[in-house]
Amino acid sequence: MITAIIILTVVGALLGLGLGAASRYLPVKEDPVVEHITNLLPGTQCGQCGYAGCRQAATALIEADAPLTLCPPGGPTLVKQLAEALGRDHTDLEESSRGPALAWVNRDLCTGCTKCIRECPTDALVGAAKQIHVVLEDACTGCGACVSVCPTNGIVMQEVPLTLSNWQWPKPQQTAEQAITVLEDSHR
Amino acid sequence: MRLFGLRGGVHPEASKQRTAEHGITRLPLPNRLYIPLQQHIGEPAEPEVTVGQKVLKGQLLARSQGLISAPVHAPSSGTIVAIGNFPAPHPSGLPVCTITLETDGDDRWCDSIQGSDDPFALTPQQIAERVGQAGVVGMGGATFPSAIKLNQGLQQPIHTLIVNGSECEPYLTCDDRLMRERPAAVIEGVRLTAIALKVQRIVIAIEDNKLEALTAMRAAATAMSDVEVIKVPSRYPMGWDKQLIRLITGQEVPHGARTASIGVCVHNVGTVYAVQRALRDGTPLVTRIVTVAGGAIGEPQNLEIPIGTLASELIEFCGGLKKKAARLVMGGPMMGQIIPHDSVPMVKGSSGLLALSLKEIDDGPERPCIRCGRCVEACPVGLMPVEMAARLRVDDIEGARDYGVQDCIGCSCCSYVCPSKIPLVHYFNYAKGALDTRQTAAAKAQQTKELAQARQTRLDAQTAARNAQRAAQKAAREKQSSTPQAASSQTQEAEGQA
Amino acid sequence: MKISIPHAAPHVRNPGKVPSLMGAVIVALAPVTGFAIYQYGWPALNLVALCLISAILFEALCLHWMGKPIKTYLMDGSSLLTALLLALSLPPWAPWWIAVFGSGFAVILGKQIFGGIGQNPFNPAMLARVALLLSFPVEMTTWIAPTPLLSTQAPGFFDALQITFLDSGLVDAYTHATLLGTVKTELAQGLGLSQIWHSSPLFSTGLSTGLADAMLLGSAPGSLGETSTLLIAIGGFYLLYQRIINWQLPVSMLGTLTLLSVIFYLLDPERYSHPMTHLTSGGVMLAAFFIITDPVTSPCTTRGQLLFGAACALLIYVIRTWGGYPEGVAFAVLLMNAMTPLIDHYIRPRRYGRTFRGKPIPAPLSLHMQHGGKGFNVSAMTRKQREPSVESTSQPATTVPDRTAPVPQAQQSGEHS
Repeated sequence: MITAIIILTVVGALLGLGLGAASRYLPVKEDPVVEHITNLLPGTQCGQCGYAGCRQAATALIEADAPLTLCPPGGPTLVKQLAEALGRDHTDLEESSRGPALAWVNRDLCTGCTKCIRECPTDALVGAAKQIHVVLEDACTGCGACVSVCPTNGIVMQEVPLTLSNWQWPKPQQTAEQAITVLEDSHR
Repeated sequence: MRLFGLRGGVHPEASKQRTAEHGITRLPLPNRLYIPLQQHIGEPAEPEVTVGQKVLKGQLLARSQGLISAPVHAPSSGTIVAIGNFPAPHPSGLPVCTITLETDGDDRWCDSIQGSDDPFALTPQQIAERVGQAGVVGMGGATFPSAIKLNQGLQQPIHTLIVNGSECEPYLTCDDRLMRERPAAVIEGVRLTAIALKVQRIVIAIEDNKLEALTAMRAAATAMSDVEVIKVPSRYPMGWDKQLIRLITGQEVPHGARTASIGVCVHNVGTVYAVQRALRDGTPLVTRIVTVAGGAIGEPQNLEIPIGTLASELIEFCGGLKKKAARLVMGGPMMGQIIPHDSVPMVKGSSGLLALSLKEIDDGPERPCIRCGRCVEACPVGLMPVEMAARLRVDDIEGARDYGVQDCIGCSCCSYVCPSKIPLVHYFNYAKGALDTRQTAAAKAQQTKELAQARQTRLDAQTAARNAQRAAQKAAREKQSSTPQAASSQTQEAEGQA
Repeated sequence: MKISIPHAAPHVRNPGKVPSLMGAVIVALAPVTGFAIYQYGWPALNLVALCLISAILFEALCLHWMGKPIKTYLMDGSSLLTALLLALSLPPWAPWWIAVFGSGFAVILGKQIFGGIGQNPFNPAMLARVALLLSFPVEMTTWIAPTPLLSTQAPGFFDALQITFLDSGLVDAYTHATLLGTVKTELAQGLGLSQIWHSSPLFSTGLSTGLADAMLLGSAPGSLGETSTLLIAIGGFYLLYQRIINWQLPVSMLGTLTLLSVIFYLLDPERYSHPMTHLTSGGVMLAAFFIITDPVTSPCTTRGQLLFGAACALLIYVIRTWGGYPEGVAFAVLLMNAMTPLIDHYIRPRRYGRTFRGKPIPAPLSLHMQHGGKGFNVSAMTRKQREPSVESTSQPATTVPDRTAPVPQAQQSGEHS
């Protein structure tokens, strides 16, 4: 009895020491999670999240529990990816962040000041001074940086409409249990 | 002729008798036609007409744009009353850009339509070009622009043309009737297609449950020594082009490659018929044969309709609904798409319109999977639907991809045989959609990164240029300022000397 | 606009449903059950009835606890089938508590605790049988000689109730050893098989041929389901004919067992039993047609099923010949059940156009041969091109491709470059 207790204690202590030593002397060079999250983020360094750049935002996401919705350009897709990568729940967040939105220039209000062109992190706005600017939808990430700088409030974010080309089959909703319950109810 | 082995497949009840014995009827011209601008895979066509314009039958309504696209022509003469959104024949019920044509009842052909007395004199290039201009697409339902497939013969050697007359979907008999009633035209279309592709061997495959069509086609092909009309076993999905290739040539098309990579090209009988019409008569694809069937339809039959007719008009012509339709389907019951209501137009790829009664759809409650493996046995691709669905139920899309969900052709064999009535194909549609979204998102993120980097480089270059300019200016200024100093000192010196 | 999730294809379904599958298996088991009840009399009837009733009660209780719809799940017949298979693998005159405990173990710990039908990793009936065998070895190995119903030695109805419920000493008068048990014990004492045949009163009727007849027709002692190999095989063929089960599992299991027993029998007939003995005794036939064909716990693929059946047979032969127990069917099945996820993970069918490893198959050489002179590089084309569509006679009549149709890929297609 005593022997067993002693042996187990000694083994446990040795293993614990080993683990402690491993974590102390064999440190991971850089947190791989930061790298992974940074890769998920758009990398535009647009600063809309309030952090200096995407790497800082990634660190904040991991350490300071910044909200998953912090990155406007990423849209709901990114929220979902981040939630998966960080193991955080995103179901309640989906309500607040709608589908991806793209910038749209109101031709009546645009004065051709080129402020938005200078602000755009992906060069998605084209045009010249005194000319109406146009958004290249392919290049726009929907970060919204141009909206705030426009002096005439001539840029708005428009949600991408659901069309046949971006419609997807949703997941089958009815679980087996639900379906059977429905059936039994209808038989009653 | 020796046929090769197949994998998977099912034997659904054919339910073809009622429509197969009924000749093709022409539908009276509807008052309004709704012609979607995208009736094919690829880029939507670009409208060529304006609202209020009068058009003649066969006139170009919308021009093809992009590499993979097909033009759209007026199915009858009349006035364009609208160009805008109209519900598409699609499960989502979402609208698509559609030209609305009010017919004038004359049905007058456009003058520019002229046939060719000897289409066999055309070169392969000319054939492909004319078929492309006629807006012919794959009529079996895939709606891939046919001209592109015909052009393959110019780019790589193709030795075998397989003409797909198997029509393996239950209920549908439009190809069956076409082969019975117009075999000569079909055979001519086959030979013209063969000329375009420059093939050595032509095989027309017809399932053994369509013996009359087989006899008619054999009779029409007797004079042509180069055309083989063969009987293939009735087993769904025999009409899957790669299944037919495996059956007839014994080869498989490598994953990710076109059928042309093994020198085979597959065309549907409806498509070769449209090719013949386009070359012989010069008429573009403005009509098609549709099977209207299902337990809820009053008088099921095959109709030849102008493209763009509303589904409701077809149902009305066929005696209306004799009982409540539990489901409206465009296409066959195995791969057709549910349509949300009957106010959607029939399009180039609509091979059938089914109004199925509650008894026919027989969904039953979904029960837990018992892993019976019937889906694995039935899958013609060799996937394991049971494993993929188990993963997708918990949103493990990566896991499903590992099991090859992207190889799924959506033939519905697995859902058909499932004793637990699990909507397997729905799960795989969902997975393919999610993977597609993910791919798009990844591409977008990559593009964003590149754009941001390009901008950074540009800004750096600008800054560098500005700095260089400033430095140059500064240098210039310093030089300038030093020169007057020197001059003044010289002056001082000079003054001193003076 | 109506917002609802649309139904995906197909729009017609095969009429087969889970309850009808279970029903067909129960029907296929009916002849052997009926015959077994005839052979072993009233106590056997009590045993079967007790198993069925208690299994239904336990199942209803579990469903109630889990908040699942009781009626629908009870009606699928899976608990009845489990109970029937368990009853057939028990000694015919086992007392009532063996039946109730076994049923409870099978339904609760064998099936419902994992989440109900379709979720259990092990065959519930075999799990319960092994649990009973390990917990109550005496009761589980008390075999009796067949005493057909209404025959003179058979216990009457009230005697039967005593045997089942009161654990009276009545059973002892009828006990007998099973063939496999005898063989195991006697071999351990160093006797040769031929000596055993002659010395044992049970087998005095004749040598292996007469014995095989007895096994086939069911006059040899054993558990309920071991009695008539012939009737079990008939039920199995009915299931095969109805396409409820695949041929792969029974054929690979019986084939492997025959092969092994023939090889060893030819090596030394004194030590190793006759192939017919192996095939007709114990639970082999029941297992081959009814136990390993349980869809939930067997592999899904054809090759997986062949492997599964063969491995089961190997384990059965090893346990019977060299193991501690005379019969190894239940153990073999459970061991292989544990391997099923592994088999399903590694043995997958070959996908169209791909090798077994999932890589695209190389383009056929014939094209090179035919057009080799033109410098046509098939593999380069293969890599560059993506198949943009599936052309079939009867494909969905979508105008507009749904996003599953790879439109963007079509644009990258090499044909237009």
